[in-house]
Amino acid sequence: MYAQMVQSTGKGVKTRAEMTEEEARFQDRIDAGEKIEPRDWMPEGYRKTLIRQIGQHAHSEIVGQLPEGNWITRAPTLERKAILLAKVQDEAGHGLYLYCAAETLGVSRDELTQDLLSGRMKYSSIFNYPTLTWADMGAVGWLVDGAAIMNQVPLQRTSYGPYSRAMIRICKEESFHQRQGYDIMMKMAKGTPEQKRMAQDALNRFWYPSLMMFGPSDADSVHSAQSMAWKIKINTNDELRQKFVDQTVPQAELLGLTIPDPELKWNEARGHHDFSQPDWSEFFAVIQGDGPCNSERMEARRKAWDDGAWVREGLMAHAAKKAARKVAAE
Amino acid sequence: MEGAALFQFLLRMGDNTLILGHRVSEWCGHAPVLEEDIALANTALDLIGQTQMWLGLAAEVEGQGRSADDLAFLRDVWDFRNLLLVEQPNGDFGQTILRQFLFDAWHVEMLRRLTDSSDARIAAIAAKALKEARYHVERSGDTVIGLGDGTDESHARMQAALDRLWPYLGEMFHGDGVDEAMEKAAIAPAAEALRAPVSERIEAVLDKATLSIPETRHARSGGKSGVRHSEHLGHLLTQMQWLQRAYPGATW
Repeated sequence: MYAQMVQSTGKGVKTRAEMTEEEARFQDRIDAGEKIEPRDWMPEGYRKTLIRQIGQHAHSEIVGQLPEGNWITRAPTLERKAILLAKVQDEAGHGLYLYCAAETLGVSRDELTQDLLSGRMKYSSIFNYPTLTWADMGAVGWLVDGAAIMNQVPLQRTSYGPYSRAMIRICKEESFHQRQGYDIMMKMAKGTPEQKRMAQDALNRFWYPSLMMFGPSDADSVHSAQSMAWKIKINTNDELRQKFVDQTVPQAELLGLTIPDPELKWNEARGHHDFSQPDWSEFFAVIQGDGPCNSERMEARRKAWDDGAWVREGLMAHAAKKAARKVAAE
Repeated sequence: MEGAALFQFLLRMGDNTLILGHRVSEWCGHAPVLEEDIALANTALDLIGQTQMWLGLAAEVEGQGRSADDLAFLRDVWDFRNLLLVEQPNGDFGQTILRQFLFDAWHVEMLRRLTDSSDARIAAIAAKALKEARYHVERSGDTVIGLGDGTDESHARMQAALDRLWPYLGEMFHGDGVDEAMEKAAIAPAAEALRAPVSERIEAVLDKATLSIPETRHARSGGKSGVRHSEHLGHLLTQMQWLQRAYPGATW
């Protein structure tokens, strides 16, 4: 999931008796499965929560270019280079759709960008981990995109129309990315002893950070309860994490790789795998800015923005001159 | 002789797109604005796709059992045949987009002529690549105009980029034995034949961009012949070829 610990109103879900007439009508539309569109009335809390969630997702796509961009210039074949370029280009495109969806809620892309660069808004914890070998390109596609899809597939049914439509487009591309990632892992896992070692090492390093992508248990979270009532969030974090583990275990077996969790086992009674929780203190450190690559990621984004200022200003000035010349000619 | 010249010609086409595609891909995630991140990745992707076709055909013509990947990842600097222009470092965004435009202006004209090549395989690759190159030149040309005729700072940066890159332009119009053999076999146009139409396109854009063409200085050469590349190419290859060199024989 590319949005973690998104804050909602923090006040819990209102009962019918507490709702105003407008709020009750709004909730009825959500309960009936209707889509909310930009011009429709919506509670302020719904709008703000969505901006936080969509914004965080968009920022994750943008920052997410960096760990994979790290390997584009070192991709081992022309085909792998082309596939990785296409993938990173898709991610920038996802960022663009999502910023557009957020703009329909009355916040500009530049405002959201400033919030990212100032550290006021977050992006997914996963992109603060380094990509150290080529196998990491496989692990990111297989595990990170796999975890993202777990969350994004249900979000295709989310109540906000522009967000739902963005998700439908994004999911098509993400599942392609996940297959490509798995294909890299397969090549590595069935390759030379060094390649196999890289593949296992990548799984070791990305397993727990991938489980963290779903966020800590939110069974008792008032924020999540409100988001679920509004259908901004469809499943609990624990449900999605369980689903991800159940899906991934047989895939790892097929690769001949070992998931780095001695407690991992099938629980017949539950019909699910039992597994160890990630180290949540590490998770909180990462989202507070103390992950392995937080500084590098933010420095890279700030540098891109600052170095690019003259380009943005130049193009805007040119557009203004062109428009003025056109007016003068008329 | 013609086979050897044809191989060299195909390396030139493929190495240009490979090295420029690599340079452009270095921008990934670092562009001035999201739309540019997308456009630069897309340009790099097109160029790498063209590389697969050119170097694939080069490998076939050579007939030594090498693949396009072998040519890309296992040759050293002196066997590369790209123009010096495309191996120049990215510099700022202005230098990157100007380098792109100067190359695109030549590339689109070259590909247009190659669609009439007597070699049907070359004509087919050129026809596919031309569609992409037409889009590239339109985009890079518009961006050069926008930044040249933008603010004082953007104008100054574009002029500096032009002054820096101008001496690398001449190499694309200097013919040698390979070009002569290609022209004789009606495979490709003479290098010099492209000078007028390419210069015309470049001058038209620079004029709209309010940029001044620098005084002609000694034209740098040595890339397409492989005789004297710049120091930059070795560093680029060090990065690009590292995995293939570090783990020989592995499949990826």
